[in-house]
Amino acid sequence: MNQSVITPAAPHTVIRPGQLRKFLTRMAANKLASAGGFIVLFYIIVALFAPWIAPYDPYNIHLPDKLLLPSWDHWMGTDDKGRDLLSRIIYGTRLSLLIGVAAVSIGAIFGVLLGLVAGYYGGWLDAIIMRIMDILLAFPGILLALAIVSALGASLINVMIAVGVFSIPMFARIVRGSTLTVRKLEYIDSIRTLGGSDLRIILVHILPNIMSPIIVQITLRLATAILSAAGLSFLGLGAQPPSAEWGALLSSGRDYMFSAPYLALFPGLAISTLVIGFNLFGDGLRDALDPKLK
Amino acid sequence: MLTYIVRRLIQTVPVIFGVILVVFLIMQMVPGDPAVLIAGDGASEETVQAIRHDLGLDRPLPLQYIQYVLDVFRGDLGTSYRSDHPVMDEIMLRLPTTIQLALASIVITIVLGMIAGIVSATRQHSTADRLIMLVALLGISLPSFWLGMMLISFFSVKYHLLPVTGWGSLEHVILPAITLGASGAAIVARMTRSSMLDVIHQDYIRTARAKGLKNRLIVYKHALKNALIPVITVIGLQFGTLLGGTVLVESVFAINGLGRLIVDAIRMRDLPVVQGGVLVASVIFVFVNLGVDLLYRYFNKRIEMD
Repeated sequence: MNQSVITPAAPHTVIRPGQLRKFLTRMAANKLASAGGFIVLFYIIVALFAPWIAPYDPYNIHLPDKLLLPSWDHWMGTDDKGRDLLSRIIYGTRLSLLIGVAAVSIGAIFGVLLGLVAGYYGGWLDAIIMRIMDILLAFPGILLALAIVSALGASLINVMIAVGVFSIPMFARIVRGSTLTVRKLEYIDSIRTLGGSDLRIILVHILPNIMSPIIVQITLRLATAILSAAGLSFLGLGAQPPSAEWGALLSSGRDYMFSAPYLALFPGLAISTLVIGFNLFGDGLRDALDPKLK
Repeated sequence: MLTYIVRRLIQTVPVIFGVILVVFLIMQMVPGDPAVLIAGDGASEETVQAIRHDLGLDRPLPLQYIQYVLDVFRGDLGTSYRSDHPVMDEIMLRLPTTIQLALASIVITIVLGMIAGIVSATRQHSTADRLIMLVALLGISLPSFWLGMMLISFFSVKYHLLPVTGWGSLEHVILPAITLGASGAAIVARMTRSSMLDVIHQDYIRTARAKGLKNRLIVYKHALKNALIPVITVIGLQFGTLLGGTVLVESVFAINGLGRLIVDAIRMRDLPVVQGGVLVASVIFVFVNLGVDLLYRYFNKRIEMD
């Protein structure tokens, strides 16, 4: 085959060294985004090294120590079963991050796939897929996730599935929009003319060029997923006792708001700080990857 | 405009049918036999079969769906397993409370959000701007149910300024409405700021300033009017988040609304109530979105909606 046809360079690629350097420089210059990144990194480290960081066994019941106020021995106090709250929050980091990553992975994998197919093929396939996404988006807030959990039963895995399904339409919409833009580029037509298969075009030429909005959406959806999952666990529909998941900690802390408000204060601060980190980092990513700034 | 309204109403119909289908299909995922659940442990096979027949569960799934759609349009959402009352009656008893809470929250969302956004935009890069955006960041990051618990701890438990739970007076509305409206206000503030900054930096605003027009006139008459358009869309979307958020907030404040009905029904495995509650809330949201679309169109007739 004659390879002398010059193929124009693919736009929006983040792989090229010059653009990567510019992106990293922009991220580093954005102090808020950097702070967000450090917060997220801190929580990841806590999650990874939880068994070495946590001062006590988070599941060890010791009733004589129940409802102790924060002190030198128990920095965040103890709960109604004498368990160290700091240790439970540390271990809860693992669960919250796991739920967030799993839920967003489900949303991203299916959402990106559907968005790519809808955007690339267009026509009736696009119409059907996007109408289904419109219907899923017609459910207010977490009600869709709630309905799914009510059907499947209360458990962490079902919360991951429910929050994941609830995330699919946003990914599908964004990817479809980006795919439509890239699909119209001349070099895509060139590749098709040269005999490139649809699968190759989608995976090798379109998907890498639309990674920027996907990455931003993943970061921002992680924040939403963690909040939604904590909310479902707070309602008793997610993690079950004696799980140290943060929403479950808040749920049990609610019973002691008069006598031991710290039981609700610290888990809430943990959730809030992590979500702030993801939001700051995601906002910074979006600004750094914005083509208008290039 | 009338043609557009009719077209949007027609477009809403398949969405409504789609929502009904999704709710119907989700409930089919429930493990176990609803007839056995209703009949209870130890019921005979004949009893279970009779219940299955009464509920139409022995018919093929497509026919069950058609029957369900017909029932929904007749206002029949089934009977609660727990109370044995019609689901529609249970919902109608509690829906007004949820609507009141959602409306109170949307007032907070709009008023607080827009004031904050305008102040932030007109004092860009100032301390006020930075502070408002920091508070807005907190607003979108704090879990609403945790915020509610902290507000209760401070205003009700520590200082006895407002009631902890209940509904019925203005005092009861304040904390739940703030809890529910806070994240919406944060989003509206960010959107209003962003939208106003886009408008403020445009040439026609610069021209108005050069002509000597007062800043207040420029901000409120020219910039804000044009900045409102994307903000209206955000407010409409926030109503959906509010409706979903009532589930959590009503649980925290023990308010007897639709959200709490749905949560209690999930715990009791009262699936007709879950199904009916989610369906009603979703249909309301679809029509609110339609209203927002029409408002958007009214304010900006130049925008292509298709």
